[in-house]
Amino acid sequence: MNGETDPWTLVVILGLAGVTVLTRCFFFILDRPWGLPEWAHRALHYAPIAALSAVVIPEIVMSQGHLVSTWQEARLYAALAGAGYYFWRGGVLGTMVVGMAVYLPLHLGLGW
Amino acid sequence: MFLSAAVRRRPTFREGVVTMAPMALGIGAWGLMTGVAMVKSGMSVIEAVAMTLLVYAGSSQLAAIPLLVAGAPAWVVLATGFCVNLRFVVFSLHLRPYLMHMPRWRRMLHGYLTADLSYAVFTTRYPVPPTDEAEQQAQEAYLTGGYFITWCAWMGMSAVGIALANFIPQAWGLGFAGVLSLVGILCSMATTRLRVLSALIAGATAVAAYAFPLKLNIVTGIGVAVLLCFWLEKQFVRNPTEADR
Repeated sequence: MNGETDPWTLVVILGLAGVTVLTRCFFFILDRPWGLPEWAHRALHYAPIAALSAVVIPEIVMSQGHLVSTWQEARLYAALAGAGYYFWRGGVLGTMVVGMAVYLPLHLGLGW
Repeated sequence: MFLSAAVRRRPTFREGVVTMAPMALGIGAWGLMTGVAMVKSGMSVIEAVAMTLLVYAGSSQLAAIPLLVAGAPAWVVLATGFCVNLRFVVFSLHLRPYLMHMPRWRRMLHGYLTADLSYAVFTTRYPVPPTDEAEQQAQEAYLTGGYFITWCAWMGMSAVGIALANFIPQAWGLGFAGVLSLVGILCSMATTRLRVLSALIAGATAVAAYAFPLKLNIVTGIGVAVLLCFWLEKQFVRNPTEADR
């Protein structure tokens, strides 16, 4: 996958579209009313944030398969600045803008 | 659904469009960055366009990018997307009484096009499901108007982002904007101490298990975090429903 279209990736994308339909319509696909068992309701509280974190944290602290061992790593400061902004002001867009405002000078200017 | 002139002619359609318009700006900006992030992370233009048009869910798109780029197996990508999208399952339970009077294809089309903000704005405007046919029609048009403008903003700006990405050097690392968006969404979900813990456990496990093949560290992280939080909740939280907010 380097700018080339892979048929298998397109199939996975189609599957992800199916996941969007399934989750957004979950409780009104069937006509008869139904509920989830209690444990599934509880899982709904922890699984989404766990899934995001499991994807995001390695993208920030790993570099070529290893934990970053230097403080000269733009991604760390950008993520911290973004999260700091979120808890200060709120808003996903602001988090991204502030994070990139920290990331780009460090990454392009200092080569971190 | 916004292709149906009968729905568009109802006055609440316009109301929905006007209410959502200011928020559509933010959604558009996020779409722009998602478009850039997809291409700058190594997806082809065709893949990025297909993902934008079909998947239509920003957070699961962004979460899927690093997995697709790393060549993770389909089930890992789909399972991760499903977990990221689980909030919609809760929304769908809420929306059920608003939509059940429609035929299945129609309510599923509405469901597919109703993302976070459209859902939030719609259920705020109409706290109670419709009781007669006039209300049913008015509510349907309001929902449609709201997601119509959202859809246009997201699609249009994502396309602009995909096109712009070709003029931006890879070395700028703009793909990282996608990760930063996910950081924001992650923070927005961190509403209870157990959820914060869930995020920390999942992140730490995914890092520790990074050497696992097939990106299985992601699924392992989710599994360990959910099970541990379950157990902790059973041990230490007396009334789980109360602890949620």
